[in-house]
Amino acid sequence: MDDGRPIFLQIAELVERQIIDGSLPEGAQVPSINEFAAFHRINPATALKGITLLVDAGVLYKRRGIGMFVADGARDRLITDRRARFTTEYVRPLLREGAALGLGAADLIDLIRKESAS
Amino acid sequence: MTTIVEARGLTKRYRGITAVDGVDFQLARNTITGLLGRNGAGKTTLMHLLTGQEFATHGSITIAGESPVENPRVLQHTCFIKESQRYPDDFKPKHVFAAAPGFFPNWDADFARELAAELRLPVDRRIKKLSRGQLSSVGIIVGLASRAPITIFDEPYLGLDAIARQAFYDRLLADYAAHPRTIILSTHLIDEVADLLEHALVIDNGRILIDSPVDALRAHAATIAGPAAAVEQAVAGLDVIHRERLGGFVSATVAGITEQVTASARAAGLEVGPVSLQQLIIRQTGGSPTEHEEVTR
Repeated sequence: MDDGRPIFLQIAELVERQIIDGSLPEGAQVPSINEFAAFHRINPATALKGITLLVDAGVLYKRRGIGMFVADGARDRLITDRRARFTTEYVRPLLREGAALGLGAADLIDLIRKESAS
Repeated sequence: MTTIVEARGLTKRYRGITAVDGVDFQLARNTITGLLGRNGAGKTTLMHLLTGQEFATHGSITIAGESPVENPRVLQHTCFIKESQRYPDDFKPKHVFAAAPGFFPNWDADFARELAAELRLPVDRRIKKLSRGQLSSVGIIVGLASRAPITIFDEPYLGLDAIARQAFYDRLLADYAAHPRTIILSTHLIDEVADLLEHALVIDNGRILIDSPVDALRAHAATIAGPAAAVEQAVAGLDVIHRERLGGFVSATVAGITEQVTASARAAGLEVGPVSLQQLIIRQTGGSPTEHEEVTR
């Protein structure tokens, strides 16, 4: 895994994506730190940092001696967050690339309509 | 976080050559640290000082507050796997493993057997007759199965193929997770081990060049690429450690990067890309890349 950002952030996002797409439903137990480390071949301290981020954000919660679980309402909250970032992360780059190719907003809307209809 | 290894003003001189030059650093207990640098940078001397096989010319190095020199209390907690470990003539790997519990109180014989099977090591063959890779496997097995509180690997995998190296990394991580200990890994294969490391200590010309958590290093540097004028505007005032040019296109490697820099470079339509730990170290040690990329000798 490497998109240039710190690996612990990538781990946190991976878990968030799984919560959003439903592969980790609310109340489900998430893998242990050591399982994350072994699977992604990363230092366990790095995995712990990523998971701690989600615990601090209330996305996961710890049950002492048992493990970590997806919190109630986590999915809705993550979706709200992601929607808020959708403009900067997807719409603006799309407009920028379109402008470089001579495609205006109206052209892009046409393309989106066509693509979603097909 | 508690400190297990501490060097203060540590210096080693050999007849006019200063191999380690006034080095200060600390290592936290139960972390995996990469000791990285070019050939002749001082890595091996540093490991010899750490394991009491050399005397410091000046300064000190301590393990859990004690000097390692002729100190059995410290040395029985230390396992040092050297690049070219020598064994008695006629020794077979099984003899090495049988003798190991005398040196390493935490020795796990079952684990050693498992590793030997996984690495396909002929334990009943004379060590003199082993291939370079098989010899490396002996060292790796001793290093892992010793479960020493301080385990040091100096280029442990000469001659090992990619599959055996991956087996080593996987076993190292799994066993470290189950039995946390302080591990120092000295290697040229920086990209292969980058994700296993919590901390990087980069030494160059006997001095510490980088002493940082690996996460912070990765977040700290990036390449910014695009049309020359736009790149130069984006990196103005920043620490550009490397610049490559192709016609009107420039790729700048920048240290000390922040979220704002990344965001404004992206907004200007520039490509912001990662810098691997290996690239970063090559830039910082500023030499010809061939020595860093060297895999086998």
